[in-house]
Amino acid sequence: MTTLRKFSLASLSLALILGNTAGAQGTVKVGILHSLTGTMAISEITVANAAQLAVDEINAKGGVLGRKIVVVKEDGASDWPTFTTKAEKLLTQDRVAAVFGGWTSASRKAMLPVFEKNKGLLFYPVQFEGNECSPNIIYTGAQPNQQALPALEWALSQGYQNIFLLGSDYVYPRTANLILKKHITDRGAKVAGEEYVALGGTEFSSVINKIKAARPQVIINTLNGDSNVSFFKQYQAAGYSAATLPVISFSIAEQEAQAIGPALLTGQYATWNYFQSLPNAANKRFVAAYQKKYGKNAAITDPMAHAYMDVYLWKAAVEKAKSFDPAAVRKAIVGISMDSPLGKITVAPNGSLTQTVYTGQSGAGGQFKVIGQSKGVVAPQPYDKLAFPGKTCP
Amino acid sequence: MDPVFLFGQLFTGLSVASILLLAALGLALSFGLMRVINMAHGEFLMVGGYLTYLASQWLGPDFLWLAFPLAFLGSALLGALLEVTVIRRLYGRPLDTLLATFGVSLILQQAARQLFGSTGVPVTAPGWLAGAFVVHGGALDGLTFPHVRLFVIGLSLLVLGGMWWLLNRSRFGMHVRAVNQNREVASALGVNTRRLDLLVFALGSGVAGVAGVGLALLAPVNPTVGAAYIVNAFLVVVVGGVGSVLGGAVAAVGLGFVTALTEGFTSVSLAQAILLVLVVAFLQWKPRGLFPTRSRALEET
Repeated sequence: MTTLRKFSLASLSLALILGNTAGAQGTVKVGILHSLTGTMAISEITVANAAQLAVDEINAKGGVLGRKIVVVKEDGASDWPTFTTKAEKLLTQDRVAAVFGGWTSASRKAMLPVFEKNKGLLFYPVQFEGNECSPNIIYTGAQPNQQALPALEWALSQGYQNIFLLGSDYVYPRTANLILKKHITDRGAKVAGEEYVALGGTEFSSVINKIKAARPQVIINTLNGDSNVSFFKQYQAAGYSAATLPVISFSIAEQEAQAIGPALLTGQYATWNYFQSLPNAANKRFVAAYQKKYGKNAAITDPMAHAYMDVYLWKAAVEKAKSFDPAAVRKAIVGISMDSPLGKITVAPNGSLTQTVYTGQSGAGGQFKVIGQSKGVVAPQPYDKLAFPGKTCP
Repeated sequence: MDPVFLFGQLFTGLSVASILLLAALGLALSFGLMRVINMAHGEFLMVGGYLTYLASQWLGPDFLWLAFPLAFLGSALLGALLEVTVIRRLYGRPLDTLLATFGVSLILQQAARQLFGSTGVPVTAPGWLAGAFVVHGGALDGLTFPHVRLFVIGLSLLVLGGMWWLLNRSRFGMHVRAVNQNREVASALGVNTRRLDLLVFALGSGVAGVAGVGLALLAPVNPTVGAAYIVNAFLVVVVGGVGSVLGGAVAAVGLGFVTALTEGFTSVSLAQAILLVLVVAFLQWKPRGLFPTRSRALEET
């Protein structure tokens, strides 16, 4: 290689480096606010990881509008007042363009006034009970009509007419079951019984006695967290199985299946907008990238897929708006459509997603096989027409 | 009321009682002797659960024969370590012990999180425990007794029996009772009270570890599982009369039945609140519990 060519190569690469630095001169901050400690850390750490993965991928391809994304990671510590103060800090001190975070409805309700007051933008990735519609929140998890009601439809289509509702005792299961009960009676089916156990509760023998006395054909399960482990252990010990009394769960995904022990869950059902086993190309890329970074046996769940996609959704909206301003991004995001790991999704005017609903059946390895899906995509409906007539999003 | 449901609830009461008893026995033992309120007691249950998990990973479905000695010895050793490093240095300072053991409980929870992850680990009961006895025909047609529940009831009876024998029939038990009644005199008569404290604390921790094996068959094994049982275990100890093993047993059975019956008539989420109201009322009537320990050591507190 001649000296001249060496020199020109060197200067070219120098120019490239300088050029890149000049382009990345500006950065843009976003917040990831999840419980990294405390009781919810089980679920939320991996959701934060998924959002971080999307940021890394986007940065590796040059960032957003030529700017690298800088993540400010905060710990909500499973404590709702902490979510409020951390959200306030992210918006006023770090001046982030958007925040990705929250899991429980309590954490979302704690953050909502902060985002409204400071005109921020929150991407919330988890299924929830509806009944809420803030212009400052993009609700990408399932609305009740995108998880609970399709699950009911599926149960009815299987001939299950007598339904037992079991949940943890807090806002999400109570509201979801309120909506479900209206629809069960409306469809001429029967509520065999309804029971709630304190969050984290581990003793289910009374509940199982009540279930036995009520003789339902199916259980719709909105228990959250580790109570599911106790429930399925004791349900099996009482002689039940998926064949004798099937359970449809809304909070058991691949990660929870691992903790429960796949053997206990074999044959049981779950409804979500995403399963790790979805065969689309975007999902295969996502699963491979996540497992490359966080371990080859890492389980991937619906809220993780939503969180990952939320970052891409925000990027698309920023590029459409040509601005990082939350108000402009909120306006631009409506109508954006993309092929994501969840399949085709579109943002509806109310800031939620139009997405597909899948029913999966748990297999031996803790993965769910998709056995049913909604006819096409389902538009989000924050307020259920039967349970909350006359209420709509502004 | 439907007889099947009623008998089902009575069985539930017994089953809840057996778990409460296993969780509370060690607590009653260490409080009676040393007046130590051990906030880390729940974490010994957790340790027992994790050791059960390890046994099941090593041995597959027939892990129980290893799980019991492993959980007992593992928790007992950890208990002995805690006694030597922390509790021994805080004798006669109940509030400091309470705070220190609370700190230890948080450390143990975090250690479990580091070692096993914050998601729980799966423990599947062996095949012969998976089934249930079902009554066929007659008025009680359909009444079910899950094997695993019967197993845990049997386990708690065995532990209770063993404990009774140890305390009332062995030389070690005589020393324990002597120290319980009057530490100074027992010491003057040649009982090595420091060594006894260590043994009793280790024994109480080991029993909690055995309880952890039972729990692993019924409940999740995760870093916070001990915390879920500690409140009810304290309830048993207070209602039974602090320091009384017999009182603990009677209180566990009583609380188990009260829980099961209120759960049967009301909702499960309401039952815990009703139980606490009843306990408060009971303590107004009998502030020192069902079987108050007559001991000079306790009078002094």
